[in-house]
Amino acid sequence: MFFEEYGALLLQATGETLYMTVMTMIFGYLLGLPLGVFLYVTDKESISENHVVNAIVGWIANMLRSIPFIILIVVLIPLTSLVIGTSIGPTAAIFALVIGAAPFIARMVESSLNEIDRGLIDCAKAMGATNLQIITRVLLPETLPSLIRGMSIVMITIIGYTAMSGTIGGGGLGDVAIRYGLHRYEPEVMWATVIILIIMVQVIQVVFDFWAKRIDKNV
Amino acid sequence: MIEIKELTKEFIEKRAENNLVALDHVSFTIEKGDIYGIIGMSGAGKSTMLKMIGLLEKPTSGTITVNGRDINKLEGIEKINYYRSIGTVFQGYNLLMQRTVFENVAFPMKLTKYDKKAVEKRVFELLEIVGLKEKAYQYPSKLSGGQRQRVAIARALANNPEMILCDEPTSALDSLTTNSILKLLKRINRELGVTIIIITHEIEVVRKICNKVAVLDHGKVVDNGLVSEILKYKRHEITKSLLGDEDEEEEGEEEL
Repeated sequence: MFFEEYGALLLQATGETLYMTVMTMIFGYLLGLPLGVFLYVTDKESISENHVVNAIVGWIANMLRSIPFIILIVVLIPLTSLVIGTSIGPTAAIFALVIGAAPFIARMVESSLNEIDRGLIDCAKAMGATNLQIITRVLLPETLPSLIRGMSIVMITIIGYTAMSGTIGGGGLGDVAIRYGLHRYEPEVMWATVIILIIMVQVIQVVFDFWAKRIDKNV
Repeated sequence: MIEIKELTKEFIEKRAENNLVALDHVSFTIEKGDIYGIIGMSGAGKSTMLKMIGLLEKPTSGTITVNGRDINKLEGIEKINYYRSIGTVFQGYNLLMQRTVFENVAFPMKLTKYDKKAVEKRVFELLEIVGLKEKAYQYPSKLSGGQRQRVAIARALANNPEMILCDEPTSALDSLTTNSILKLLKRINRELGVTIIIITHEIEVVRKICNKVAVLDHGKVVDNGLVSEILKYKRHEITKSLLGDEDEEEEGEEEL
């Protein structure tokens, strides 16, 4: 039986993919959210305009985003060893994933923030709000539904990235698909991983859409 | 109380030969308790004028003196306090759409140390004034344009401002709603003694609630003074054109 033979393997791989994805989401947003806010506030005509700094940070973000993830993993190996202590295994994979995802998250956050009406910011300023208050009480709460919709896109992209973590022994569904489907030519296993991934993506999309809709009061 | 002297604002135009002069040596004085109208066609410099009084733009030259102090020389806490002494009402309402009416009105009060009970009491007081007490826990998306502007007015009053700046407050509203918003502003002026500065392109607004008016054209004040006199003598071409065809309909005017 297929499930008797591969069930445990697939279950473990699913667990690894979820683990890497969730950890990357957490650390990716811890890094990417402030970075996105920073890009927004330092932009032209924003609340803390700083052209030079904005250009430098924006350039770094673009540079990181232009490297295909599989190459980024390899490029990062020395840095990963330095920071994590090893360049193989799931934790090392998460480190690379976070570096890959953070600039993407920053740009997603920035584009959500750009949806906000400039008049609202002027208005908060006119009421005597400090820049920090504008960020925490106007920008982020007002764009929350959009940020959440962005999260589903980010999370699905990260799942795609995790498929490459097998390269450095991170495991996960992508790794199983390549080892069994490609190297051993056992297509059933590959198809099983594909089905699991499809279900995962669908569930994420539905859950985040529902969440965003539920909290959005501007409808 | 608000003395505007030789106020000039130029915007740097990179490609053009000359800078765009939004305001050109503008001077006039607004007294405490006035409902002062600033009227002009679009592009006349009205919004720039209001933004400078509200300290959202810096003038190129000239001064704005409020209660004897040049507002562009205010620093730190004094600047913040100046911001808090003015309430602003915008054409587009600028409400926080993800927060309830209550939270919107409470917003300016919660920017400093506050007492929860006192804020709650004040919010309901303000909602009473604008007649929206029963909508306290609704979200702005569920309100009409006029109701949204009432929320914005309540919010502008939150910190007991000395003056309220209104940027085309009724331009997005129909005439019936416009009347009720203007009535509300007039009542606030009378009962709370708040100075109101209102910029508009509609002579109706000036006629209905302002006691004084400055007519702006291409960055210059071409006429200013008491509304009664300005409308009577129509000294300037622009004043005439702003009055437009309305002369014929004058009899039917509703007094507020």
